[in-house]
Amino acid sequence: MRLPANGNRMKYIDEYRDKDLILKMAGLIKKSASRNYTFMEVCGGHTAAIHRFGIPSLLPENIRLISGPGCPVCVTATDYIDKAIVLAETKDAIIATFGDLMRVPGSESSLEKKKAEGADIRVLFSGLDALEIAEVNPDRRVIFLGIGFETTAPGTAVALMQARGKRLRNFFLLSAHKVMPPAMRAVIKDGMKIDGFICPGHVATITGSSAFDFIPREYKKACVVTGFEPLDIMQAILMLIHQVNSELPTLEIQYKRAVTPDGNRIAQDNLLRVFVHNDTEWRGFGIIPLSGLKPGPGFGEFDAEKVFNPSVRESRSNPVCICGEVLRGVKTPSECPLFATACTPLSPEGACMVSNEGACNTFYKYRPDG
Amino acid sequence: MCLSIPARIESIEGNMAVVSAGGALFNAGLHMIEDPAVGDYILLHAGFAIQKISEEEALETLSIIREIDEAAGKW
Ligand code: SF4
Repeated sequence: MRLPANGNRMKYIDEYRDKDLILKMAGLIKKSASRNYTFMEVCGGHTAAIHRFGIPSLLPENIRLISGPGCPVCVTATDYIDKAIVLAETKDAIIATFGDLMRVPGSESSLEKKKAEGADIRVLFSGLDALEIAEVNPDRRVIFLGIGFETTAPGTAVALMQARGKRLRNFFLLSAHKVMPPAMRAVIKDGMKIDGFICPGHVATITGSSAFDFIPREYKKACVVTGFEPLDIMQAILMLIHQVNSELPTLEIQYKRAVTPDGNRIAQDNLLRVFVHNDTEWRGFGIIPLSGLKPGPGFGEFDAEKVFNPSVRESRSNPVCICGEVLRGVKTPSECPLFATACTPLSPEGACMVSNEGACNTFYKYRPDG
Repeated sequence: MCLSIPARIESIEGNMAVVSAGGALFNAGLHMIEDPAVGDYILLHAGFAIQKISEEEALETLSIIREIDEAAGKW
């Protein structure tokens, strides 16, 4: 997938990239910012957009944006990669995966290296593609590496429901699907000083903004569910500043063209039908209770974890890599001694350098001397 | 991979649509969208339309932004 080419007029994109309006909004933000503010953009898509559009350079020094745990590839534990690699060695197996996972370092190897060594690993865009591979290869066992938050998991649910409907016996899911709200709670409990959250706009298209209501209610932090174009992000920052200034933290939706309080009921139903919540590990956080999604009753036969029971040794990652702290918002990529030296997108030492939404990857791409 | 992009529905066949974004065409599952129609804009995410985009709300947001902007001019 690629971003729209320049010069090709794009509805719902171009209007939100109006330079004059962005600059005027920047002026207004500067006038309104009367103290120090730290806002976390939870979603890796926001981190990428913020740096791509040079937003930090438009903000006064008293506004600090930090990135959070909303990059699915980044938070996926090394243990999961190790299991996927073990599964890739299974007889007759085809591993079907989103491209971003290929380069994530496991303890010893990566999916990319396994593929180079001859494993049948195929990159695709959607769980439905994985299903198709299973249908045309009835004598092979297709294991789909399902990762992603509430945005991606409902699609995997559709694939599993179809697999069941078609009585496919050779389609399996190794699930690293996760839900966002428990991770945001974990960030807050971590104790970082955060005044407000740029809440994940695309997760909220599915969950509805109400999934984040607990943040202002229980923790008195400002929240704005935000779109992904520069004007969206600038407007959201202004809204957050106003919330903090008025000392009335609440939940507002800036991204109204795609987000409602209730979200996408069909997608939520899919999730409920197929998955149950489990305690799962997030890089940087350890186990977060009930933050994972695994196949529930009626779908156990598709659960690769259950069917293959891939056994791996205790996982290891580069001890110098601070990806975990970056994901918790505690450190920035440039504080890592490996950043842009030993660790680059072509030879990543940690997951945060791999994904396009990873903070290290984003900082690398848009670094001032880059 | 977590990217979602606005795309226009160009044609529909059963549960699947062909959608366009930036001059490129993609397949999109319509399983999660109510009453999809050709010409609708949707958010495309990992091969699925995850939500319709509301034209009305989009215009509303833009008009709020412009109002803020005008207010800024008067400061
Ligand atoms: S730059 Fe590389 S090694 Fe350092 S924290 Fe980021 S991913 Fe880890």
